[in-house]
Amino acid sequence: MIHFVILISRQGKVRLTKWYSPYQQKERSTVIRELSGLIPTRGPKLCNFVEWKGYKVVYRRYASLYFCICIDPDDNELEILEIIHHFVEILDRYFGSVCELDLIFNFHKAYYILDEILIAGELQESSKKTVARLIAAQDSPVETAKEEASSISNMMSQAM
Amino acid sequence: MNPFSSGTRLRDMIRAIRACKTAAEERAVVRKECAAIRSAISEHDQDYRHRNIAKLMFIHMLGYPTHFGQMECLKLIASAGFPEKRIGYLGLMLLLDERQEVLMLVTNSLKQDLNHTNQYIVGLALCALGNICSAEMASDLAAEVERLLLTKDPNIKKKAALCSIRIIRKVPDLAENFLSPAASLLKEKHHGVLIAGIQLCTDLCKVSADANKHLRKNCTEGLIRILKDVSNSSYAPEYDIAGITDPFLHIRVLRLMRMLGQGDADTSEYMNDILAQIASKTESNKNAGNAILYECVETIMGIEATSGLRVLAINILGRFLSNRDNNIRYVALNMLMKAIAVDSQAVQRHRTTILECVKDSDASIRKRALELVFLLVNDTNAKPLTKELIDYLEVSDQDFKGDLTAKICSIIEKFSQEKKWYIDQMLKVLSLAGSYVKDDVWHALIVAISNAPDLQGYSVRSLYKAFRTSFEQVSLVRVVVWCIGEYGEMLVGNVGVLEVEEPLTVTESDTVDVLEACLTGHSADITTRSMSLIALLKLSSRFPPTSERIKEIITEHKGSIVLELQQRAIEFNSIIQRHDNIKSSLVERMPVLDESAYMVKKANSSQENIVAVKSSQMSLAGTSVTLPNGVAKPPAAPLVDLLDLSSDDALVPTSTSKDFLHDLLGIDLTNSSSSGFSIAPSGGTDILMDLLSIGTPVQSDISPETVSSNQGFAPTTKPTPTTVQVLDLLDVLPSNGSVAGDQSPLYPSITAFQSSTLKIMFSFKKHPEKPQVTEIHATFMNLSSDSYTDFVFQAAVPKFIQLHLDPASSNHLPANGNGTITQTVTVTNSQHGQKPLAMRIRMVYKVDNQEKLEQGQINNFPPGL
Repeated sequence: MIHFVILISRQGKVRLTKWYSPYQQKERSTVIRELSGLIPTRGPKLCNFVEWKGYKVVYRRYASLYFCICIDPDDNELEILEIIHHFVEILDRYFGSVCELDLIFNFHKAYYILDEILIAGELQESSKKTVARLIAAQDSPVETAKEEASSISNMMSQAM
Repeated sequence: MNPFSSGTRLRDMIRAIRACKTAAEERAVVRKECAAIRSAISEHDQDYRHRNIAKLMFIHMLGYPTHFGQMECLKLIASAGFPEKRIGYLGLMLLLDERQEVLMLVTNSLKQDLNHTNQYIVGLALCALGNICSAEMASDLAAEVERLLLTKDPNIKKKAALCSIRIIRKVPDLAENFLSPAASLLKEKHHGVLIAGIQLCTDLCKVSADANKHLRKNCTEGLIRILKDVSNSSYAPEYDIAGITDPFLHIRVLRLMRMLGQGDADTSEYMNDILAQIASKTESNKNAGNAILYECVETIMGIEATSGLRVLAINILGRFLSNRDNNIRYVALNMLMKAIAVDSQAVQRHRTTILECVKDSDASIRKRALELVFLLVNDTNAKPLTKELIDYLEVSDQDFKGDLTAKICSIIEKFSQEKKWYIDQMLKVLSLAGSYVKDDVWHALIVAISNAPDLQGYSVRSLYKAFRTSFEQVSLVRVVVWCIGEYGEMLVGNVGVLEVEEPLTVTESDTVDVLEACLTGHSADITTRSMSLIALLKLSSRFPPTSERIKEIITEHKGSIVLELQQRAIEFNSIIQRHDNIKSSLVERMPVLDESAYMVKKANSSQENIVAVKSSQMSLAGTSVTLPNGVAKPPAAPLVDLLDLSSDDALVPTSTSKDFLHDLLGIDLTNSSSSGFSIAPSGGTDILMDLLSIGTPVQSDISPETVSSNQGFAPTTKPTPTTVQVLDLLDVLPSNGSVAGDQSPLYPSITAFQSSTLKIMFSFKKHPEKPQVTEIHATFMNLSSDSYTDFVFQAAVPKFIQLHLDPASSNHLPANGNGTITQTVTVTNSQHGQKPLAMRIRMVYKVDNQEKLEQGQINNFPPGL
């Protein structure tokens, strides 16, 4: 199973963390600190797997971001690489050629998408189209609510 | 309430934080935001609750504390609208973890949302439950989730299936409730539901054998059909990855098939065809295809597959291994480790390639390959593999040397068939990576050398050569120092030269140079330096010409700022200056270390045994050693440690052994000073050891037999029958004036010792008023045809007896029994009447200036002494 998903930038800034196994706050910061020291320092031609504390961390770099997934030692590393790519492709379609800034300013949307791909540390959906459809269906009531709110505040500001 | 009063928008806050140039600035911005959010919370601001939680999530990600926002998440979840719930659940998953008690408060909201009519709200609740639920929540909400597994909507179904996985991982007892809904999920067509359902079945198999049996019986066929359909399906753009339809589904089916086929030949047989098809037809030029092949190989290895299928699988791994992509090579190595158990011959075929991977530039691959090589070593290939690995050790990365060295050492220890090979290989490792060698490894080497008398000369010479090139390797230096201390004369005298050796000329002062370099070298640590001091002391008696120089070196260190060295130097100095007569016996060669005992202790791998061996090496010359219990023993005590090699440190009461040795040394010393009686120049340590082994509780672990046979001494004398003694007595008495003069002995005389060359008679006298004290008249007779000079008799007794030796009548013993030496020995038995007398004796003498030594134990004393 997947224990956690972390997105780290090359500068070591955390862009997304998702924990499927219980880690206390302190442990979380230790994990992040250790991995951001370990993974960005690996050369480009090396394999995408790092053995770490009895687990394996599978990572893949996209531009300035490292997508890291921690799994059990007997899980399929190659499949995890595909899952990372699956996630990135969905992000890419959603944001339209995604970049790090998209993930910074819309970090909550990245989480929503991840929640449509993984639950309980297991893969939920292999179809990018289905994920996109579900996300769009859930975004629309939020957008409507936002528009309503802004029209009310516009009305209020006009009234004032 | 004024909507404009509630601080900045999320976007603006992120911008402000990103604009900060220093960490302090960032902290200030975050503090300000947190203060605004706290006040909004205390004012029960509802309009901007979702924005505040979004901000807190960002702040949380930066690593700041955000616990004060947890209750706000619960409020958002409890509100009616989807947008609020969405951000509320996200906050819940991000800001809380399953161990926080706050989480219990959300159970009720979750229950309501699981029963909501809006499928997306149900989805949110399932997702949150699946990601963070605790065991209590799992039990409370399992029924709701189980019901949702049967709904029509695929989105809810797949989420409920994954949520069930979390529930049965938390509460395995609930597994049976989920079994039949899980099995029915396998009949679905929707890929998301299938993937989640198959995963749920796999987890059910993990927690319950019954589930495994049930699924094997009812679902194997269905699974195979799913795999067939998906692998034969035509191009499906929705699921296509690199020309393969839904590799994720492939992999999950294969994984469940592995669970079902394990240990069941019929089911495995049934899977044969489809596995063969996947293994032979899947494209291997893209990662997705390789991921499927990898999973397929693992399944073939895991089930009771036919041999043909296994060959196919191993061949795939062989192909992987020669792939240029590091990822593929990595998983190949990983899988070959598992394949060894199934077919080690097939894996051996790839040995050369695997060995190349040990030298890869990628640390992950190196580590895998090294572990694999370690598993591949057997008696036939140990030598070439060791050679390869040692050759690589020279050029390997610094951070890999530790792992590599440990593995090489354990291969050498495990597969060595001859001592010389073992010593040679260890020497190579020590010279290349001595700093990485663990203590127990070089300790074992020393034990081995000490047990190989015919290789000691060779070892010390090889070590000397190695030292000249690799003096910076700590462990090597220590072994060199120890061996020079022990076998220095073999180095100088070229003792026991093997045919393969190149001639080597080393002078006595060369060896002292080495030790001095080790002692004064700036990189040497205390252990090495202390060992060097001991070795020097040892050499000073072996190489008399260098003793002046050694004395100077030791004197120099009397002022060392390192306490340990200073103490040693002072002790050694006083040995040299004041106790020169016993020095050579103190610094005699170590008795052979007990190899089997060491191996047993090493296997037990307690820290203690390392210390024990170490201290026994260091305590040779009777120095002070810090023992595990933190007690620095006085100089005499470490002799006890020699015995500790096979006993437990903790059992030795320090004070007792101290007194004990004190007594013993006292005897020797009073003798030498008061009567000018000179102790023989050898055997000091040994006799002390022997003393210790006479029936006292301290060294109960070490039997006298072991000690004496190890040291190559004659076995102890057997008690001679009394009748013979009487006859002997009659024979001898006339020639022994002093004994004959005494007449009327209360106790019969005995033959205390007899060998082919020497005979000792004891006769006894007691003062009636002092029953504890016995005066023993010892008579020594030479049975050989050569006369003895420098004859010295030594005796030792158990602790409850006190011993006093009077000066002997002479130290010259004529040949063929033409004369005797007599000596009076007074013993005081403090446990008179309870314990009989016992004594160990040793005779040292010279025949034509050749030193001889005999020893024995007397336990045929007449009763009542």
